[in-house]
Amino acid sequence: MPIVLENLTHIYMPGTPFEKAALKDINLKIEDGEFIGIIGHTGSGKSTLIQHFNGLLKPTSGRVLVNGQETSGKGLKELRRHVGIVFQYPEHQLFEETVYKDIAFGLQKDNLSEDEKRKKILEVISAVGLKEEVLEKSPFEISGGQKRRVAIAGVLVMNPGILVLDEPTAGLDPRGRDEIFGFVSKIHESMGITVILVSHSMEDIAKLVNRVIVMNKGAVEVDGTVTEVFADIPRLESIGLSAPQVAYLMKRLKQLRPEIDENVFTVAAARDELLKHLGKEVQKPC
Amino acid sequence: MLNASITIGQYIPGDSVLHRADPRTKIILSIVFMVMTFLVNSFWTFAALTAFTLVVVLISGVPMKYTLRGLKPLLFIIIFTAVINIFTTSGTPISQTIPFKYITYEGIELALKLAVRLALIIISGSLLTFTTTPILLTDGIEKLLNPLKKIGVPAHELAMMMSIALRFIPTLLEETDKIMKAQAARGADFDTGNLVQRAKSFIPVLVPLFVSAFRRADELATAMEARCYRGGAGRTRMRQLKFTEADTKVFVTSVVVFAALLLLEYL
Repeated sequence: MPIVLENLTHIYMPGTPFEKAALKDINLKIEDGEFIGIIGHTGSGKSTLIQHFNGLLKPTSGRVLVNGQETSGKGLKELRRHVGIVFQYPEHQLFEETVYKDIAFGLQKDNLSEDEKRKKILEVISAVGLKEEVLEKSPFEISGGQKRRVAIAGVLVMNPGILVLDEPTAGLDPRGRDEIFGFVSKIHESMGITVILVSHSMEDIAKLVNRVIVMNKGAVEVDGTVTEVFADIPRLESIGLSAPQVAYLMKRLKQLRPEIDENVFTVAAARDELLKHLGKEVQKPC
Repeated sequence: MLNASITIGQYIPGDSVLHRADPRTKIILSIVFMVMTFLVNSFWTFAALTAFTLVVVLISGVPMKYTLRGLKPLLFIIIFTAVINIFTTSGTPISQTIPFKYITYEGIELALKLAVRLALIIISGSLLTFTTTPILLTDGIEKLLNPLKKIGVPAHELAMMMSIALRFIPTLLEETDKIMKAQAARGADFDTGNLVQRAKSFIPVLVPLFVSAFRRADELATAMEARCYRGGAGRTRMRQLKFTEADTKVFVTSVVVFAALLLLEYL
């Protein structure tokens, strides 16, 4: 289910003193099975952009095509099952008496038997790394990290072909963050679904995604691979972003040793690069 | 979007004489204006009052279209009261056939007047909030209620409650919008089904909304206590309210217009 954006423009509150163009003439194509990171300064239009993917917002002009179908037409409900969006702080949307019922909310219109429902819910609850016991608890008595996973499970249960996550780790501790990203990449690999991740953490983006879209003032500033995007640090900094910290370290190291490859953006890759480099040095005769 | 249709209570920055006037002037004149809409009764005074209102909107610099949009959410109430009036006022029927038998000339006149009155009141109320920041508005109300403190009216507390309520209207609207979107993304359906089903479909919105409202209230109370807020006794203000030239202009103009209208009406 590819997503195609053609000359997408979105203006908030047109015709009022608060009129604001949030997206200007965006053209993008998102293929099946991609793992995409969207980065950008606050107010750059990231959230507005992703809300067009499932028709929550309609284009002011231009078109959004999901699987060849325009989102402004009919079939919105079907579309929203295919494109699952998890908003920021998704735990704020929990409302049912038990976790089980809350996850089942997305299945209410499906006419599934109780057994099928239960099977699906058990599947997603283990996919997000939670235990079965949590199902009978109230969503208001579990921990913050657990709530977040329950909320993500509530979207996953609809079997979306495209999963959009808007800052899924905001406000979590490092461990909670790693766990969430852990199961997100696992889901991406095992289920082959397209994942679109909005994040402020350049480290996480560099580690996880294949393609990065940089938003600035409602337009796509850069669109490319992790290397292409993070290699141009001055450009990123000029729009209020940065590269992963390890990239700065590698740049400095390259000034000392020109033979080092500076286009390394994750800690693990930097370790390998440095080891390779050190290994070579050791082999040199003194 | 939800926010787009609710314009009342929104402040629109500007530099008109109305923006610069003291909130007390504006509050008092708004109240006088509302009384005025009920004192005028003849066609010409009504026309003059409407013209005056429109001129004031122009002076305020708030787009006319935006001001009139504020009537939209209340259109139902206006039409509803007008229709009731058309059918329930006794007088000369406009025709002897059913259903025109029940419609009287007096009813139509009354309905029209009422609709215009309501519209004018809404516009004047919106103008007050369009040109006054919520903080100044509550400051003004507190100052105006000050004399009543002597007989035990908690003026400061009332003003504080109002300013908090005003402050959180946009926040809660935004929150509602966010939760509705999140639930829609999970397959919630707010637009189809009968009345009961639709009412039920709002449970997934209302529960999170209440939870978040209570959480916000709790956080706000903690933040206020952390800054040693203890109510109104002995509090001083950074911004003192002062009457300026703008107030004289606004006040004199309005009083002259109101007086002229009353003369026109009752002489």
